[in-house]
Amino acid sequence: MSYIKAEGLSKQYGSGDATVLAIHNMDFTVESGEFVSIMGESGAGKSTLLSIVGAMNPPSSGKFVVDGIDVYRLGSEKRTDFRREFIGFVFQSFHLVPYLTVVENVMLPLTTVKMSKKKKRVLAEEALDQVGLAGKEDRLPSQISGGEKERVAIARAIVNDPPVILADEPTGNLDSSTTREIMGLLQRLNREGTTILMVTHSQDCAAYAERILQVSDGRLIGKDES
Amino acid sequence: MNLRDIAFKNLLRRKAKALFVLAGLAIGVSTVVALISFVDAMTENINHKLEKYGANILIVPKTENLSLTYGGLSLGGVSFEMQEIREQDLSKIQSIKNSANVAGLGPMVFGVVNVEGNKVLLAGIDFKANWILKPWWKVDGTIPGEKGVVLGSETAAVLGLNQGSPVTIKGRQLIVSGVLKPTGSQDDQLIFMPLETAQTVLNKEGLVSMAEVAALCKDCPIEAMVKQISDVVPGAKVMAIQQVVKSRMEALAQFKKFSYGVSIVVVLVGSLVVLVTMMGSVRERTEEIGIFRAIGFRKSHVFGIVLLEAGFISAAAGIIGYIAGFAVTKGAIHFFSESGGASIHPNLELIGGSFVLAVLVGLMASVYPAYLASRMDPNQALNAI
Repeated sequence: MSYIKAEGLSKQYGSGDATVLAIHNMDFTVESGEFVSIMGESGAGKSTLLSIVGAMNPPSSGKFVVDGIDVYRLGSEKRTDFRREFIGFVFQSFHLVPYLTVVENVMLPLTTVKMSKKKKRVLAEEALDQVGLAGKEDRLPSQISGGEKERVAIARAIVNDPPVILADEPTGNLDSSTTREIMGLLQRLNREGTTILMVTHSQDCAAYAERILQVSDGRLIGKDES
Repeated sequence: MNLRDIAFKNLLRRKAKALFVLAGLAIGVSTVVALISFVDAMTENINHKLEKYGANILIVPKTENLSLTYGGLSLGGVSFEMQEIREQDLSKIQSIKNSANVAGLGPMVFGVVNVEGNKVLLAGIDFKANWILKPWWKVDGTIPGEKGVVLGSETAAVLGLNQGSPVTIKGRQLIVSGVLKPTGSQDDQLIFMPLETAQTVLNKEGLVSMAEVAALCKDCPIEAMVKQISDVVPGAKVMAIQQVVKSRMEALAQFKKFSYGVSIVVVLVGSLVVLVTMMGSVRERTEEIGIFRAIGFRKSHVFGIVLLEAGFISAAAGIIGYIAGFAVTKGAIHFFSESGGASIHPNLELIGGSFVLAVLVGLMASVYPAYLASRMDPNQALNAI
């Protein structure tokens, strides 16, 4: 049985003549430990798909199951707990909290977890070490480079050891050298067992994935092996 | 890292907004503290002054007849058949429950005497108590001893007597030790002598015609004292001089009501400042709240962060507000109380009250912004950026 399974996912916005079908009848599966890229032109429905996969955007119809859990049958707060336990988010524009230091940003997913402050700090420092940012714990986001911010975002995504990482254009704002570093980092995490779904425009980045889901006009048009 | 740390760090980051909310609340709290402290201090001061103003309870013999005098004009009737009160009964007033509120007790004995061919009303009084009961009295001369009298100003004029003049009352040779300056009251037409001497002259040893009581009624209802005195002096009719008591209490009550009204308005304005600022703060933090919600903060966690921020600011505003209010009151008292009679001291209840008021107002005004923040959809919040 697949780790992630989408059946007949559709998402429409608006009503009547103003109805926009962002996702139309999508079926796909992702196995545990897979690295999957989602590609498509702007407005194809990639971000909508990622938000549905991220348990943040209920589909208009269809079913989305992760690890046997029918995600959208969970209540709102249970789905919040699901996100905390199952999914690490890496956003395109980093979305770091500006007034928290690097280590505090990484600790954020642990904030509501019952654990000593010391233990949280140790876990955050380990995550920062994994992404090569040891020694920069106490800097503010404004004091580090774009590539480092992306690493902080990745450290934050992995600090509570979620089985799935969702990355939305993780290298969209980075130069080619930093892009390679970040993609290498995601690949390493994947090899260590984390399932990764990544939205990207870049063929080069998509090439790091094992499989590409091609999206166009809200439909899945290809399931190519990379 | 916990919710408290996030709330605290956000406040430090948004210092201007935090200070604005703090100022709004602190001004509200300080105004309330200042008004309450000022009213209390002035009430105490006014009470203190009113206590000096004179008697507010009268003790007269019980009678079945109606008084036939009005405005000093006697139309005949009962005055010459007046019964007396036993002086020893009056001493029981010192044992009533609110005896501590009795500032002065002035027994008086009256009788008509013939002086230089004129009928004059003689009053035996306790001069010592009289200074408390009638502090406005000014005497040209001295307080009389056993063989002295003080004449009311009109009596002195009618009888043609001055300080040092000899006067004969019921065969007793006495000396006018002083003349009372005009008071505008019936006192101007009397002859005063020490109570004991008057009782002997009038053959009323151990008896008094009436007594005046100055009661401090800041903390007690005057009616309660009237009842207590009635219980211990059964042969007497005890009356509160309602007009004086009520008017002084009503004046204070109105002043208090006004100050409470102003306080409520100021607190409402303060809470609006908090509400508007917190709403703005929540809107500015759409991205941040979106991240929190996306990575697993429950609605209650976001709600808690906003309320914690409001709580921190409100607590600080409570403390600062009290200190500022206290300082303003000190200044106001110094400015308004020319005699310097009023004073203000730190009040634990007010300290606690202002703290609780600030926190309550701050939290209540932040509930709606916190609710809006907690209801923010993470997907929409992040897409809106």
